[in-house]
Amino acid sequence: MPEDKKTPQLDELEKGPWPSFVTEMKRAAEKNPAASDLLGLLERSYEDKTGHWKHGGIVGVRGYGGGVIGRYTDLPEEFPNLREFHTMRVNHPSGWFYTSESLREICDIWEKHGSGLTNFHGSTGDIILLGMKTEELQPTFDELSDAGYDLGGSGSDLRSPSCCVGPARCEYACYDTLDMCYDITNEFQDELHRPMWPYKFKIKMSGCANDCVAAIARADCSVIGTWRDTIIIDQEEVKKYAESGMNIQRVVCDKCPTRALEYDAEKKELTVIPEDCSRCMHCINMMPKAIQPGKEKGASILMGGKSTIVKSAFMSWVIVPFMKMEPPYDEFKDMIRRIWDWWDENGKTRERLGELIYRVGMTTFLKEVGLPPVPQMVFRPRANPYVFWQPEDFEEHK
Amino acid sequence: MAKIDIGPPDYRKNLHPVIIKNYGQWKFHDYVKPGVLRHVAHSGDMLYSIRAGSPRLVSIDFIRDICDLADEYCGGYLRFTSRNNIEFLTDDETKIEPLIEACEAKGLPVGGTGASLSNIVHTQGWVHCHTPATDASGIVKAVMDDLFEYFKRDDLPARLRVALACCLNMCGAVHCSDIAILGVHRTVPVINHDIIRKGTEIPTLVASCPTGAIRPDPKNKSVVIKDEKCMYCGNCYTMSPGMQIMDPENDGIAILVGGKVSNARSVPMFSRLVIPFLPNNPPRWPETVEAVRNIVETWIKHARKGERVGEWIERIGWERFFTLADIPFSDKCIDDYIFSRETFRTTAAFKY
Repeated sequence: MPEDKKTPQLDELEKGPWPSFVTEMKRAAEKNPAASDLLGLLERSYEDKTGHWKHGGIVGVRGYGGGVIGRYTDLPEEFPNLREFHTMRVNHPSGWFYTSESLREICDIWEKHGSGLTNFHGSTGDIILLGMKTEELQPTFDELSDAGYDLGGSGSDLRSPSCCVGPARCEYACYDTLDMCYDITNEFQDELHRPMWPYKFKIKMSGCANDCVAAIARADCSVIGTWRDTIIIDQEEVKKYAESGMNIQRVVCDKCPTRALEYDAEKKELTVIPEDCSRCMHCINMMPKAIQPGKEKGASILMGGKSTIVKSAFMSWVIVPFMKMEPPYDEFKDMIRRIWDWWDENGKTRERLGELIYRVGMTTFLKEVGLPPVPQMVFRPRANPYVFWQPEDFEEHK
Repeated sequence: MAKIDIGPPDYRKNLHPVIIKNYGQWKFHDYVKPGVLRHVAHSGDMLYSIRAGSPRLVSIDFIRDICDLADEYCGGYLRFTSRNNIEFLTDDETKIEPLIEACEAKGLPVGGTGASLSNIVHTQGWVHCHTPATDASGIVKAVMDDLFEYFKRDDLPARLRVALACCLNMCGAVHCSDIAILGVHRTVPVINHDIIRKGTEIPTLVASCPTGAIRPDPKNKSVVIKDEKCMYCGNCYTMSPGMQIMDPENDGIAILVGGKVSNARSVPMFSRLVIPFLPNNPPRWPETVEAVRNIVETWIKHARKGERVGEWIERIGWERFFTLADIPFSDKCIDDYIFSRETFRTTAAFKY
């Protein structure tokens, strides 16, 4: 490495037990001049305490409006290989399952066309190919497409849906998150690839209320697995937990948020008060061998989740308490189309669905997209009497 | 010419044969040791997942390395978790120990399962973002080095989920994490009138400000900022590069704690701001590393078994948290934005 490319600050981050991204950048830099320049630019950021990337310009591949994030450094004279250093988002397989063969294929394509640096994965879930010239975008996409890969979302479009590990490897999954993610993503390819909305829209699927993909926190539409009937308790397995020394009263019953579980320490029997259970997953997490979700499985649909910018962070709230989640997912697809139409019609630029509902009111939203109000939608009813009465409310009494 | 709209690759082609056989038929799972999960199917089949940490920003050679490991020990089957860990999947129990040794030999730590610190999810930072208030990968590396033992152990009070976002755009969605490390801007954008005049839609720029701090300035064909109304969110900078929000002298880090997304026991919770500012101090951000360690150690010392950070604090009360963690409370911890009222204490019952 030439004298002017020394990176004393970054070198500090090669020390210590956690695997180092600096080491990874150096490995890429051995083969690729842009990756080498990136090391230099990042060292400069460590000296200046500021970023050195300009706003993205509009770049992309033919036929798509999203999937590529334009990036240009503000120091192109010093780091000419970063003059153009775009990101390509590649839609990941459901549950992030791979074979070594499939990963090697991506690596070989990326070695030919880009910096050799990646994120496995980006926050939304895509495979991120980090750093390529404008002229390489189309050839990279062409090769990825031949290999069976497609681009993910960016800009004001549907972002790549993502899901938890689901029934592939989890006994808690109340519906097939992997299949639904795959099905929905294929159904909405136009929405994914051609930005046409007020802002981004995210769908995430978790198989149970443990919510391993944080759907409730970061997806405009959070599909969270649940059941309608009652948990199933295997008393033989309860006895085994008791005999293994577990303090069932303390770690299971006392932590049940609705006090729906009763434990008879003498008989070593656990019973549930079905109508009191809120299906939070705590007891199942503690005693997976003894307690299972009920048999009538499906999902709760919550909407409005987003991060802080700009009106504050929202967590998704209940829109449909229970929906069967089975192919071809028509009920879900019909509902989400109605909601997108309404958002597209009413949303301001950069206004997420949750912010729009908050601005115009939940009752307006429910009425206009045709969803029935139910008590599961609120923690508690309003404390004020300022109801927006409608003409039809008076008709009823005539 | 590429085919378009072909959609993501079919995940079913990437599943381990034991998964295909037992799809949807898993009975229970347990923890063999830190970093190793065992899933048992109704058929009696077992699948072992060996979890290893990754820096997320990796070279293709790193990916090829883990492919080699998967080929040698797992028939080539692996996945990534939602927190950017790698999971090697095998039904052969005898492969577990040799695989762990091979991972550790390559510098891939095995751990992050159960009641442990999992990998820190994070954003791009100075590596590739255009609005960062801090770096991402560097702080994550420094914090994970410092808290490394908690990735390897699974005897913490509960799961510990740390996340970092390099600005308030929060691509990393850190707002529901046990501990959130958040890049913050603290000064009013510096307007470059030339850039605004050249290519900014002024009405859109004005509308982008959530507090109405930006006003049109028709005389100058630009805008003016009412300084006292700005809370430095940077939304305007995303709309126009003429609103420079990055300020090397004054940008830095805030620490928020107590969030969770799981519904188990308690409802999902937002993380709350407890340290409004720590300086950007590369390459190892000692003040941030120390602050995170202090919160983690205070939690481990005082929490009951099974309590996430937020559940512990809600039980003892936030006023107690500030005392126990020896963190000074300031006016900056009191909300004065849109949804502030719900955070005010509307009861005469509290602690000292």
